[in-house]
Amino acid sequence: MPFVHLKQLDKHYESDADCVIALDKLELAIEEGCFLGVMGPSGSGKSTLLSILGGLCHPTSGKVLVDDIDLYGLNSEKRADFRREYLGFVFQSFNLIPYLTALENVMLPLAVKKMPGAEKKQRAVEVLGRVGLSHRIGHLPNQLSGGEQERVAIARALVNEPPLILADEPTGSLDIATSREIMDLFKQLNQEGQTIIMVTHNDEIRPYFDRTVVLRDGAIDSDSARTPKAVPQAG
Amino acid sequence: MRLETIAINNLRRRKSRLAFLIAGLLIGIATVVTLISLSTTLTEDIQIKMENYGANILITPQSDDLSLNYGGINLGGVSLDPQEIREADLSKISGIRNSRNIAAVAPKVLGALEVRGQRVMMMGVDPEKEFQLKKWWKVNGLPLKNEYDLVAGAEVAAKLGLVLGDSVEIGGETFTLTGILANTGSQDDQILIASLPVTQRLLGKEGTVSLVEVAALCGDCPVSEMVTQISEVLPGVNVSAIQQVVKTRMHALDQFRNFSLAVAAVVLLIGALVVFVTMMGSVNERTREIGIFRALGFRRSHIMHLILLESTVVSIVAGILGFLVGMGVTYLVLPLMTENEVSMHWDPLLAGGAVLLALLVGASASFYPALKASRLDPTEALRAL
Ligand SMILES: Nc1ncnc2c1ncn2[C@@H]1O[C@H](COP(=O)(O)OP(=O)(O)OP(=O)(O)O)[C@@H](O)[C@H]1O
Ligand SMILES: [Mg+2]
Repeated sequence: MPFVHLKQLDKHYESDADCVIALDKLELAIEEGCFLGVMGPSGSGKSTLLSILGGLCHPTSGKVLVDDIDLYGLNSEKRADFRREYLGFVFQSFNLIPYLTALENVMLPLAVKKMPGAEKKQRAVEVLGRVGLSHRIGHLPNQLSGGEQERVAIARALVNEPPLILADEPTGSLDIATSREIMDLFKQLNQEGQTIIMVTHNDEIRPYFDRTVVLRDGAIDSDSARTPKAVPQAG
Repeated sequence: MRLETIAINNLRRRKSRLAFLIAGLLIGIATVVTLISLSTTLTEDIQIKMENYGANILITPQSDDLSLNYGGINLGGVSLDPQEIREADLSKISGIRNSRNIAAVAPKVLGALEVRGQRVMMMGVDPEKEFQLKKWWKVNGLPLKNEYDLVAGAEVAAKLGLVLGDSVEIGGETFTLTGILANTGSQDDQILIASLPVTQRLLGKEGTVSLVEVAALCGDCPVSEMVTQISEVLPGVNVSAIQQVVKTRMHALDQFRNFSLAVAAVVLLIGALVVFVTMMGSVNERTREIGIFRALGFRRSHIMHLILLESTVVSIVAGILGFLVGMGVTYLVLPLMTENEVSMHWDPLLAGGAVLLALLVGASASFYPALKASRLDPTEALRAL
């Protein structure tokens, strides 16, 4: 049984003038431990797919099953609980809270969890170590470089030990060298067993993915799971 | 890291907004505290005055001709009226139903006499009762003790050239001046005071008194009932309540209180509006942040909780500061409102009330912004910038 299963997913954005079909009968199954890349031209529905996967946005029709849980069968509060337990988000613009230090930003998902304060802190310090930022834990976001901010965002996504990480263009605002470092970090996490779904339109990072799905007009244009990999895996 | 940590950090690192929020509430709370503590203190001031003022019931002879005044109170025709009050009747007063509310019954006899070639007003009193009643009298020297002691009002002493220890001849009797009253600004300054029996003899009014001042013990005892009760035991005399001055001030104070409540309500409403607008602005400004919180798994209720937590911190701080500022303003303004030395108290009830009021206003002004924040669509919120 796949870990993530999207069934007949439709998403329409209705406005007065017209109706945009962002996702069109999308069908996708993702196994646990997979590093999936979602690619495609701008406007093809990548971000829409990711926010529906993340339980942030109702599909027009269709189902999202994660670990056999019907995401949109849950009420909004339960879906928030689901996000906290199952998902880690990494955004393109990092989305750190400007008035919280790196450590506090990483602890954010734990803020609404019943857990001793010391343990929260210990966990946050530990994941900051894993992303290589032990020396920056007391800094505010505006005192960190783009790459460092991205690492904080990744640490924040990891702190709750979620089974699934969703990343939307995590390298979109980084230079090539920093992008590589970040992708190496993701790859390393994936090799440790982390399931990752990443949206990007950067062809250069394609080699990092186990599997690549290309969207066009809200539907799957190609899926590398059905065709042999063109490029050997990068180490 | 808990919701509290986020709230405190947000407030701490956005100081100008915090200051604005606190100021908005603080001004309202301080106004309420000032007005309440002012009117409480002033009410007490009046109550003290009533107690010190002593007499709130006056017994005078029934009369309809020549009027004579004492302390602005019409005594009726003291000198002409044949019907004086019989001193012996006064003991009946202690028999009335509300007698335990009576602090003192001070009878006095009044009349004009020739002293050192000038006509002056002389008053015979029961020394102990009189001085108990006239707490504001400051005597240079000693109050009346012996039968032939004499106390003079400041002006009459000056007029007659009296100094302490002087022997004074009045109607063939020799008195010793033991005390001079400090200036009272009232008619007491014009009066010579001696003990009742001697004065009665000098004036030829043995066994009668011209007027009786009765002091009821408290500020709000049933004075009008006591007036009726005394009239019943003393037929043929005038018994009246002399609370007019105090009543008028009380009335003025009531009006002041109503007025201040209205002012306080308006100021508080403006404070609430400031909090509302600032909180609304803050929620708009933090749209993206709220989207992040939601994506990270905060429930709607957590967002609501977070915003209300911030307003609670602001409200408590504003409540405490508002109370302190209000008390400070009271301290500064009080001397302008009364000439008496009244002490203001630190009323813990008022302090608690101030904080509670701040919480109430803060919470109600932040409720809608908090609700709005919690209802933001996370995808929209994340897109916002
Ligand atoms: N809130 C919205 N209201 C109306 N239309 C929307 C909304 N969000 C997305 N769309 C439309 O849905 C389509 C898919 O958008 P989406 O953001 O998923 O594309 P994308 O693949 O992420 O593009 P990009 O690579 O530029 O980020 C687009 O045509 C977009 O205009
Ligand atoms: Mg996108």
